[in-house]
Amino acid sequence: MINKFLGFKPDEKLLPSQTVTTDTVIDLSSHKYQKIWLGPNHPGVTGNMSVELTVQGNTIMKAKTHVGYLHRGFEKLIERRLFVQGFPTSIRMCVAEPDTNEYLIARSTEELSGYADAVPEYANWLRMLSLEMARLQGLLRGVPGQGGTFALGIGVQWGVYLRDLILDRFEELTGARVYHMYIIPGGVRGNLPEGFKKRMEENLVEIDEFIIRIKKLMFHNSVFKTRAVGLGIITPDMVDKYGIVGTNARACGVKRDVRKDNPYLYYDKLDFDPPTATEGDVYARTWVRWQELIQTVDLIRQIMDKMPETGDIRAKMPNVLNWKIAKGETYVRLESGRGEYGMYYVTDGSDKPRRINLRGPSYNHAIALFEDMLVGADVADVHAIMVSVQSCPPEIER
Amino acid sequence: MKTIIEKLNSKYNLQEIVYQRDNLVFAAINKENAIDAVTYLRDYEGFSHFVLMSCVDWIEDGKFQLLYLLNNPTLKSDLGLKVYIDRNNPEMVSAHHLWKQIWTYQRELKEAFGINFPGSPRVDENFVVEGWTDIPHMRRDFDTHEYAQKTYFPRGDRKTNDPAEYMRKKLYPNQPITAKQRKDDK
Repeated sequence: MINKFLGFKPDEKLLPSQTVTTDTVIDLSSHKYQKIWLGPNHPGVTGNMSVELTVQGNTIMKAKTHVGYLHRGFEKLIERRLFVQGFPTSIRMCVAEPDTNEYLIARSTEELSGYADAVPEYANWLRMLSLEMARLQGLLRGVPGQGGTFALGIGVQWGVYLRDLILDRFEELTGARVYHMYIIPGGVRGNLPEGFKKRMEENLVEIDEFIIRIKKLMFHNSVFKTRAVGLGIITPDMVDKYGIVGTNARACGVKRDVRKDNPYLYYDKLDFDPPTATEGDVYARTWVRWQELIQTVDLIRQIMDKMPETGDIRAKMPNVLNWKIAKGETYVRLESGRGEYGMYYVTDGSDKPRRINLRGPSYNHAIALFEDMLVGADVADVHAIMVSVQSCPPEIER
Repeated sequence: MKTIIEKLNSKYNLQEIVYQRDNLVFAAINKENAIDAVTYLRDYEGFSHFVLMSCVDWIEDGKFQLLYLLNNPTLKSDLGLKVYIDRNNPEMVSAHHLWKQIWTYQRELKEAFGINFPGSPRVDENFVVEGWTDIPHMRRDFDTHEYAQKTYFPRGDRKTNDPAEYMRKKLYPNQPITAKQRKDDK
C-alpha cells in the first residue's frame, strides 16, 4: 500500500522489525524504542491504574500494569473489626458491583458459624434480586463504555442515565445508591417497598428500548466493527493458563458461569443459558455482554415473577457485638458481571476475621493477561483492550 | 473428590483434611511436596483452573500458611492445599511456571508478608505500596492504628466515636453492659 505521507511504498525489508519475539532486546538507548506512561487515569470505565508501555512507533513492544493508586488496605482493616463491622469496608473493594462483596462476606460468616441454612427463602430471593440489579447497572455502564473507547460517547451517556434509574430502585430498596449494605448475615436489611416491582418494570421497559438503540449504535457502526474485530484476541487455550473467567472466557467459547456450574441462591430455579461466542476478540466480548444485558433484564423479571409475595427477611442471628466464630476457613464464589468473584475467609475463634482475601477477576485479567495481550497492539487500542477485559483496579488492590 | 483426596493422601501424606463442603476440601501438605502435588493435580486430576494463592499469618505459631486453591472445572470442585512455612525464614518454591498469573500473587505476597519466592519474575517489584519501608503491611504485627497515628497529621476538631460503643447504643440501647464486654472492649 502506498504510504500517503511518503507518496511511495517503502521497502518493508528495510523497516525495523515490529514483531516481538522472546529474543527481542529492547535497548532504550538505541533510540528505536520509547517508553510512555498511560495513566494513572480513568480511561473509560476501568478505574485508576496505569500502564507503562515500551513502544516502537505505534506498536507496543512491552507493557507493565501499575496498580496501587487506590490501595486502602481493606483486607487488613477488616482483620481489626468485628464481623459485622467488616461490611461497610468490604463493599468498597469493588465499586462496579459492591453487592457482590456483601453476599460473599455474609455467606462466608453464615457458613463458618453454622447459619448457612438459616437464611429465609424470601431473603434469598431478595439477595438474588439485588445481585442481578447490581449486574444490570454494571452492564449498563460497561457495554456502552466499550463504545466509548472508540469515541462513541453518546452510548455512555444513555447508559449512565439508565444506570441511574436502577440506582433509584436501589435507593428505595436499601436507602443508598452505590454502597448498599443490603445483604447482611442471616438475610437482608429490608423488604421490597410497595409498588417496587411496578416501578422496576417501568425501568426495564426503558432499558429494553436502550438495548435496541445500543445495538444499532455499536454493532451497526463501521468504526466500531473495523476496530474491534480481531482486536485483543483471547483463545480457549489461554483460559486456564491465565485464570480467565466470566465473559472473557465465554466470548472465546469456554462456557463457564458460576451460576450454572456451582449454583448458589436460587439460580437453578431460573431459566437461562449464558451467551457465548467463539471469536474471543473485543467485538465478541462486547457482543456477549450485550446479550447478557438482555438476559439480566429477563432474569430480574423472572425473579420478580417467581419470588414469594412476602416472607421473613432475616433469620435470628447472634448478638453482632459478641459474635465469635470457631476456627475455620472457606471459599465462597459467585458470578459477577466480570466473572468469578470469590472470597477466602478464615476465622480463628475470636470476634474478628483472621483473614479475608478477595479473588476478583481483574487480578488476572488486568495484569498477567492484559500485559501479554498488549504486546504487538497499537497504542490507540490500549483503552479498548483494557475496557474489554473489564479491568477493575479496586478489586486488585483491596 | 474423595478418591482424589485418598490418592493424594497416599502419595503425599496430607494432614488436616477438612471437607468444608461437598465440593470444597482443604488439606495441609509438606512444603517440599507442595509444588509437586499442585503440578500433579493440574496435569493428572483436571484441576486446571488456579483460583487463588493466599497467605494467613499465624504469628502465635511462628508460621505463615500459604494456600493454593485449585478448581476442577469438570468436577466443579475446589481443593485448597495449605503449606506452613517458617515465619522467621519465609521462603517458598516458586510456582510461576505452572500458571501465568502466579507470579503476580507471589509478587504481592513478597510485598505484603515478606515471603520470598526465588526465581519468580518481578518478585521484588513494588505491587501496591510504593516506597514502603515499614514491616510488610499484611503481617499481624503491623499495627494499622499505630501507623495511621504516626503517619497522618491529626485533625484537632475531629470527633471520634468508638465503633463498638456507638453500635451498642444504637442497636441494643436497653441492654446492660457486662463486665466481660467492658474487659473485651479494652
